[in-house]
Amino acid sequence: MIARVLLIITLALAPATAVLAVEPDEILSDPMLETRAREVSQQLRCVVCQNQDIDSSNAGIARDMRILVRERLMAGDTNADILDFMVARYGNYVLLRPPFNAQTYALWFAPLVLALFAGGIGYTVMRQARRKTILAADLTADEEAALQALLDTSSDTEKNT
Amino acid sequence: MKRLLYASPVLIALIFGGFFLWGLNPERDPNSIPSVLISSPAPEFILQEVEGTSVPGFSRADLVGGDGPVVVNIFASWCVPCRAEHAVLTRMVNQDGVRLFGINYQDQPEDALRWLNELGNPYERIGSDLNGRVAIDWGLTGVPETFIVGADGTVLYKHVGPILGDAAIRAFTTALAQARQEGSL
Repeated sequence: MIARVLLIITLALAPATAVLAVEPDEILSDPMLETRAREVSQQLRCVVCQNQDIDSSNAGIARDMRILVRERLMAGDTNADILDFMVARYGNYVLLRPPFNAQTYALWFAPLVLALFAGGIGYTVMRQARRKTILAADLTADEEAALQALLDTSSDTEKNT
Repeated sequence: MKRLLYASPVLIALIFGGFFLWGLNPERDPNSIPSVLISSPAPEFILQEVEGTSVPGFSRADLVGGDGPVVVNIFASWCVPCRAEHAVLTRMVNQDGVRLFGINYQDQPEDALRWLNELGNPYERIGSDLNGRVAIDWGLTGVPETFIVGADGTVLYKHVGPILGDAAIRAFTTALAQARQEGSL
Protein backbone atom coordinates (compact mmCIF):
# COMPACT_ATOMS: atom_id res chain seq x y z
CA MET A 1 0.00 0.00 0.00
CA ILE A 2 2.68 2.46 1.09
CA ALA A 3 4.83 1.45 -1.85
CA ARG A 4 1.97 2.16 -4.18
CA VAL A 5 1.32 5.58 -2.67
CA LEU A 6 5.02 6.39 -2.93
CA LEU A 7 5.00 5.32 -6.56
CA ILE A 8 2.04 7.56 -7.34
CA ILE A 9 3.68 10.51 -5.58
CA THR A 10 6.96 9.96 -7.42
CA LEU A 11 5.20 9.73 -10.75
CA ALA A 12 3.20 12.85 -10.03
CA LEU A 13 6.28 14.82 -9.08
CA ALA A 14 8.53 13.55 -11.85
CA PRO A 15 9.10 16.34 -14.36
CA ALA A 16 7.16 15.62 -17.50
CA THR A 17 9.72 14.61 -20.05
CA ALA A 18 9.48 17.00 -22.96
CA VAL A 19 7.59 15.40 -25.79
CA LEU A 20 9.24 16.51 -28.98
CA ALA A 21 7.58 16.63 -32.31
CA VAL A 22 10.57 18.05 -34.13
CA GLU A 23 11.47 15.59 -36.85
CA PRO A 24 15.09 14.82 -37.74
CA ASP A 25 14.87 16.41 -41.20
CA GLU A 26 13.83 19.72 -39.65
CA ILE A 27 16.80 20.11 -37.32
CA LEU A 28 19.32 22.73 -38.39
CA SER A 29 22.99 21.83 -38.62
CA ASP A 30 23.98 24.97 -36.71
CA PRO A 31 23.34 24.13 -33.03
CA MET A 32 23.09 27.83 -32.08
CA LEU A 33 20.36 28.45 -34.62
CA GLU A 34 18.62 25.22 -33.68
CA THR A 35 18.54 26.31 -30.02
CA ARG A 36 17.01 29.61 -31.06
CA ALA A 37 14.51 27.81 -33.28
CA ARG A 38 13.43 25.78 -30.27
CA GLU A 39 13.14 28.91 -28.14
CA VAL A 40 10.94 30.61 -30.71
CA SER A 41 8.77 27.61 -31.43
CA GLN A 42 8.12 27.12 -27.72
CA GLN A 43 6.52 30.56 -27.68
CA LEU A 44 4.26 29.93 -30.64
CA ARG A 45 0.88 28.33 -30.29
CA CYS A 46 -0.18 25.50 -32.55
CA VAL A 47 -3.22 27.00 -34.23
CA VAL A 48 -5.09 23.70 -34.53
CA CYS A 49 -4.32 22.14 -31.15
CA GLN A 50 -4.47 25.50 -29.36
CA ASN A 51 -2.99 24.62 -25.97
CA GLN A 52 0.27 23.28 -27.28
CA ASP A 53 3.34 25.01 -28.61
CA ILE A 54 4.41 24.15 -32.15
CA ASP A 55 7.60 22.61 -30.76
CA SER A 56 5.65 19.71 -29.24
CA SER A 57 2.76 19.45 -31.66
CA ASN A 58 2.48 16.77 -34.29
CA ALA A 59 -0.04 18.72 -36.36
CA GLY A 60 0.90 19.25 -39.99
CA ILE A 61 0.56 23.00 -39.79
CA ALA A 62 2.77 23.07 -36.68
CA ARG A 63 5.47 21.32 -38.68
CA ASP A 64 5.09 23.87 -41.48
CA MET A 65 5.44 26.66 -38.95
CA ARG A 66 8.54 25.08 -37.40
CA ILE A 67 10.15 24.87 -40.82
CA LEU A 68 9.15 28.47 -41.51
CA VAL A 69 10.72 29.57 -38.20
CA ARG A 70 13.98 27.85 -39.17
CA GLU A 71 13.96 29.35 -42.64
CA ARG A 72 13.59 32.83 -41.25
CA LEU A 73 16.36 32.22 -38.70
CA MET A 74 18.64 31.16 -41.55
CA ALA A 75 17.66 34.32 -43.40
CA GLY A 76 18.93 36.33 -40.42
CA ASP A 77 15.72 37.27 -38.60
CA THR A 78 15.87 37.90 -34.87
CA ASN A 79 13.59 35.91 -32.56
CA ALA A 80 11.37 38.97 -32.16
CA ASP A 81 11.15 39.39 -35.94
CA ILE A 82 9.79 35.88 -36.29
CA LEU A 83 7.24 36.34 -33.53
CA ASP A 84 6.12 39.59 -35.22
CA PHE A 85 5.86 37.75 -38.53
CA MET A 86 3.54 35.18 -37.00
CA VAL A 87 1.50 37.79 -35.13
CA ALA A 88 0.97 39.65 -38.42
CA ARG A 89 -0.71 36.52 -39.78
CA TYR A 90 -2.44 34.99 -36.78
CA GLY A 91 -2.73 37.87 -34.32
CA ASN A 92 -1.63 37.86 -30.71
CA TYR A 93 -3.51 34.60 -30.43
CA VAL A 94 -0.48 32.79 -31.80
CA LEU A 95 1.66 33.81 -28.81
CA LEU A 96 1.45 31.46 -25.84
CA ARG A 97 2.38 34.32 -23.54
CA PRO A 98 -0.11 37.14 -24.11
CA PRO A 99 1.41 40.60 -24.59
CA PHE A 100 0.90 43.30 -21.94
CA ASN A 101 -1.40 45.89 -23.50
CA ALA A 102 -4.76 47.62 -23.00
CA GLN A 103 -6.63 44.54 -24.26
CA THR A 104 -5.00 42.21 -21.77
CA TYR A 105 -4.83 44.35 -18.62
CA ALA A 106 -7.84 42.48 -17.22
CA LEU A 107 -6.04 39.22 -17.78
CA TRP A 108 -2.79 40.32 -16.15
CA PHE A 109 -4.30 42.19 -13.22
CA ALA A 110 -7.11 39.74 -12.39
CA PRO A 111 -5.01 37.64 -9.95
CA LEU A 112 -3.83 40.75 -8.09
CA VAL A 113 -7.34 42.24 -7.90
CA LEU A 114 -8.81 38.94 -6.72
CA ALA A 115 -6.09 38.57 -4.06
CA LEU A 116 -6.76 42.10 -2.79
CA PHE A 117 -10.49 41.41 -2.75
CA ALA A 118 -10.03 38.18 -0.77
CA GLY A 119 -7.58 39.91 1.60
CA GLY A 120 -10.06 42.74 2.17
CA ILE A 121 -12.85 40.33 3.06
CA GLY A 122 -10.55 38.34 5.34
CA TYR A 123 -9.37 41.49 7.10
CA THR A 124 -12.93 42.74 7.68
CA VAL A 125 -14.07 39.40 9.05
CA MET A 126 -11.14 39.20 11.47
CA ARG A 127 -11.56 42.76 12.65
CA GLN A 128 -15.27 42.34 13.33
CA ALA A 129 -14.72 39.06 15.15
CA ARG A 130 -12.18 40.75 17.42
CA ARG A 131 -14.47 43.73 18.07
CA LYS A 132 -17.25 41.35 19.17
CA THR A 133 -15.07 39.66 21.82
CA ILE A 134 -14.05 43.01 23.25
CA LEU A 135 -17.68 44.16 23.45
CA ALA A 136 -18.75 40.98 25.24
CA ALA A 137 -16.17 41.51 27.95
CA ASP A 138 -17.06 45.17 28.34
CA LEU A 139 -20.52 44.81 29.89
CA THR A 140 -21.40 47.19 32.71
CA ALA A 141 -22.75 45.81 36.00
CA ASP A 142 -26.32 46.74 35.00
CA GLU A 143 -26.00 45.00 31.66
CA GLU A 144 -24.55 41.96 33.39
CA ALA A 145 -27.59 41.76 35.70
CA ALA A 146 -30.04 42.25 32.84
CA LEU A 147 -28.37 39.54 30.85
CA GLN A 148 -28.44 37.16 33.80
CA ALA A 149 -32.17 37.86 34.30
CA LEU A 150 -32.79 37.17 30.64
CA LEU A 151 -30.87 33.90 30.79
CA ASP A 152 -32.80 32.82 33.89
CA THR A 153 -36.20 33.48 32.32
CA SER A 154 -35.29 31.68 29.15
CA SER A 155 -34.15 28.60 31.07
CA ASP A 156 -37.44 28.76 33.06
CA THR A 157 -39.51 28.74 29.92
CA GLU A 158 -37.49 25.83 28.65
CA LYS A 159 -38.31 23.86 31.79
CA ASN A 160 -41.99 24.67 31.55
CA THR A 161 -42.38 23.48 28.02
CA MET B 1 -18.97 47.93 5.50
CA LYS B 2 -20.78 45.11 7.28
CA ARG B 3 -23.51 45.11 4.67
CA LEU B 4 -20.91 44.79 1.95
CA LEU B 5 -19.42 41.85 3.80
CA TYR B 6 -22.76 40.08 4.02
CA ALA B 7 -23.38 40.78 0.37
CA SER B 8 -20.03 39.34 -0.68
CA PRO B 9 -21.17 35.68 -1.05
CA VAL B 10 -23.97 36.86 -3.33
CA LEU B 11 -21.51 39.04 -5.21
CA ILE B 12 -19.05 36.18 -5.66
CA ALA B 13 -21.85 33.82 -6.70
CA LEU B 14 -23.01 36.38 -9.27
CA ILE B 15 -19.52 36.84 -10.69
CA PHE B 16 -18.89 33.11 -10.95
CA GLY B 17 -22.43 32.46 -12.20
CA GLY B 18 -21.96 35.05 -14.92
CA PHE B 19 -18.67 33.49 -15.92
CA PHE B 20 -20.20 30.00 -16.10
CA LEU B 21 -23.18 31.27 -18.08
CA TRP B 22 -20.79 32.81 -20.57
CA GLY B 23 -18.86 29.55 -20.72
CA LEU B 24 -21.97 27.42 -21.21
CA ASN B 25 -23.47 29.63 -23.90
CA PRO B 26 -24.00 27.30 -26.87
CA GLU B 27 -23.49 30.23 -29.25
CA ARG B 28 -19.93 30.67 -28.03
CA ASP B 29 -17.32 28.72 -29.95
CA PRO B 30 -14.18 28.32 -27.86
CA ASN B 31 -12.34 27.11 -30.95
CA SER B 32 -12.99 30.21 -32.99
CA ILE B 33 -9.85 32.17 -33.64
CA PRO B 34 -10.21 35.84 -34.42
CA SER B 35 -8.69 36.62 -37.81
CA VAL B 36 -6.38 39.60 -38.02
CA LEU B 37 -6.98 39.73 -41.77
CA ILE B 38 -10.54 41.06 -41.60
CA SER B 39 -10.68 44.65 -42.89
CA SER B 40 -7.03 44.57 -43.86
CA PRO B 41 -5.50 44.03 -47.29
CA ALA B 42 -5.19 40.48 -48.59
CA PRO B 43 -1.64 39.11 -48.34
CA GLU B 44 0.83 39.34 -51.22
CA PHE B 45 1.35 36.04 -52.98
CA ILE B 46 1.85 34.37 -56.34
CA LEU B 47 0.58 30.85 -56.97
CA GLN B 48 1.23 28.71 -60.00
CA GLU B 49 -1.57 26.73 -61.60
CA VAL B 50 -2.25 23.15 -60.62
CA GLU B 51 -0.65 21.12 -63.39
CA GLY B 52 -3.09 19.46 -65.72
CA THR B 53 -6.07 21.66 -64.94
CA SER B 54 -6.96 24.07 -67.71
CA VAL B 55 -7.40 26.76 -65.04
CA PRO B 56 -4.75 29.46 -64.46
CA GLY B 57 -3.10 30.11 -61.12
CA PHE B 58 -3.37 33.53 -59.52
CA SER B 59 -1.71 36.18 -57.43
CA ARG B 60 -2.98 38.99 -55.25
CA ALA B 61 -3.22 41.26 -58.30
CA ASP B 62 -5.88 38.97 -59.81
CA LEU B 63 -8.13 39.53 -56.79
CA VAL B 64 -8.12 43.29 -57.19
CA GLY B 65 -9.83 45.52 -59.70
CA GLY B 66 -12.75 43.30 -60.71
CA ASP B 67 -16.30 44.62 -60.55
CA GLY B 68 -17.17 42.63 -57.44
CA PRO B 69 -15.87 40.62 -54.53
CA VAL B 70 -13.98 37.37 -55.05
CA VAL B 71 -14.42 34.29 -52.90
CA VAL B 72 -11.14 32.58 -52.05
CA ASN B 73 -11.53 29.00 -50.90
CA ILE B 74 -8.63 27.00 -49.47
CA PHE B 75 -9.19 23.31 -50.19
CA ALA B 76 -7.43 19.98 -50.59
CA SER B 77 -8.39 16.66 -52.11
CA TRP B 78 -7.49 14.87 -48.87
CA CYS B 79 -9.86 17.05 -46.85
CA VAL B 80 -13.20 15.35 -46.25
CA PRO B 81 -15.21 18.46 -45.26
CA CYS B 82 -13.98 20.09 -48.50
CA ARG B 83 -15.74 17.37 -50.44
CA ALA B 84 -18.98 18.09 -48.60
CA GLU B 85 -18.58 21.82 -49.12
CA HIS B 86 -17.86 21.46 -52.83
CA ALA B 87 -21.56 21.17 -53.77
CA VAL B 88 -22.41 24.36 -51.86
CA LEU B 89 -19.64 26.29 -53.60
CA THR B 90 -20.67 24.94 -57.01
CA ARG B 91 -24.25 26.03 -56.39
CA MET B 92 -23.10 29.51 -55.40
CA VAL B 93 -21.13 29.81 -58.62
CA ASN B 94 -23.91 28.50 -60.86
CA GLN B 95 -26.84 30.27 -59.25
CA ASP B 96 -25.42 33.49 -57.85
CA GLY B 97 -22.57 34.05 -60.26
CA VAL B 98 -20.00 34.09 -57.48
CA ARG B 99 -16.39 34.48 -58.63
CA LEU B 100 -14.63 31.59 -56.91
CA PHE B 101 -10.84 31.23 -56.69
CA GLY B 102 -9.26 28.19 -55.09
CA ILE B 103 -6.03 27.71 -53.18
CA ASN B 104 -5.13 24.05 -53.44
CA TYR B 105 -3.41 23.42 -50.11
CA GLN B 106 -0.59 20.86 -49.81
CA ASP B 107 -2.01 18.66 -52.49
CA GLN B 108 -0.29 16.66 -55.20
CA PRO B 109 -1.39 17.99 -58.62
CA GLU B 110 -2.58 14.56 -59.76
CA ASP B 111 -4.73 14.14 -56.62
CA ALA B 112 -6.21 17.60 -57.05
CA LEU B 113 -6.88 16.88 -60.71
CA ARG B 114 -8.61 13.58 -59.96
CA TRP B 115 -10.74 15.30 -57.31
CA LEU B 116 -11.79 18.07 -59.70
CA ASN B 117 -12.55 15.61 -62.50
CA GLU B 118 -14.74 13.60 -60.18
CA LEU B 119 -16.66 16.44 -58.55
CA GLY B 120 -16.48 19.11 -61.24
CA ASN B 121 -14.59 22.38 -61.17
CA PRO B 122 -16.41 25.50 -60.01
CA TYR B 123 -13.15 27.47 -59.68
CA GLU B 124 -12.27 30.31 -62.05
CA ARG B 125 -8.64 30.12 -61.00
CA ILE B 126 -6.76 27.61 -58.85
CA GLY B 127 -3.37 28.25 -57.31
CA SER B 128 -1.19 25.39 -56.12
CA ASP B 129 0.13 25.95 -52.59
CA LEU B 130 2.28 22.84 -52.34
CA ASN B 131 4.33 23.79 -49.28
CA GLY B 132 1.45 25.58 -47.58
CA ARG B 133 3.38 28.84 -47.24
CA VAL B 134 0.74 31.06 -48.85
CA ALA B 135 -1.91 29.51 -46.63
CA ILE B 136 0.09 30.62 -43.58
CA ASP B 137 0.13 34.15 -45.05
CA TRP B 138 -3.67 33.90 -45.07
CA GLY B 139 -3.61 32.79 -41.42
CA LEU B 140 -4.89 29.31 -42.20
CA THR B 141 -5.67 27.08 -39.23
CA GLY B 142 -7.13 24.18 -41.17
CA VAL B 143 -8.78 23.36 -44.49
CA PRO B 144 -11.30 24.35 -45.65
CA GLU B 145 -11.33 28.07 -45.03
CA THR B 146 -13.11 30.59 -47.20
CA PHE B 147 -12.54 34.33 -47.54
CA ILE B 148 -14.47 37.10 -49.22
CA VAL B 149 -12.13 39.67 -50.74
CA GLY B 150 -13.51 43.02 -51.90
CA ALA B 151 -12.63 44.45 -55.30
CA ASP B 152 -10.12 46.77 -53.60
CA GLY B 153 -8.24 43.78 -52.18
CA THR B 154 -9.57 44.08 -48.64
CA VAL B 155 -10.45 40.87 -46.81
CA LEU B 156 -14.08 41.30 -45.75
CA TYR B 157 -15.07 37.96 -44.28
CA LYS B 158 -13.60 34.66 -43.21
CA HIS B 159 -15.34 31.37 -42.69
CA VAL B 160 -13.46 28.60 -40.89
CA GLY B 161 -14.50 25.06 -41.74
CA PRO B 162 -16.87 23.93 -44.47
CA ILE B 163 -19.73 26.21 -45.51
CA LEU B 164 -22.36 23.64 -44.64
CA GLY B 165 -25.70 23.82 -42.90
CA ASP B 166 -28.29 26.58 -43.02
CA ALA B 167 -26.67 28.86 -40.47
CA ALA B 168 -23.23 28.82 -42.12
CA ILE B 169 -24.63 29.23 -45.63
CA ARG B 170 -26.90 32.08 -44.55
CA ALA B 171 -24.04 33.87 -42.75
CA PHE B 172 -21.83 33.50 -45.79
CA THR B 173 -24.38 34.63 -48.38
CA THR B 174 -25.30 37.60 -46.19
CA ALA B 175 -21.65 38.63 -45.98
CA LEU B 176 -21.33 38.17 -49.73
CA ALA B 177 -24.41 40.28 -50.48
CA GLN B 178 -23.01 42.97 -48.19
CA ALA B 179 -19.66 42.85 -49.96
CA ARG B 180 -21.38 43.22 -53.33
CA GLN B 181 -23.40 46.18 -52.10
CA GLU B 182 -20.34 47.96 -50.78
CA GLY B 183 -18.54 47.34 -54.03
CA SER B 184 -21.32 48.84 -56.15
CA LEU B 185 -21.52 52.04 -54.10
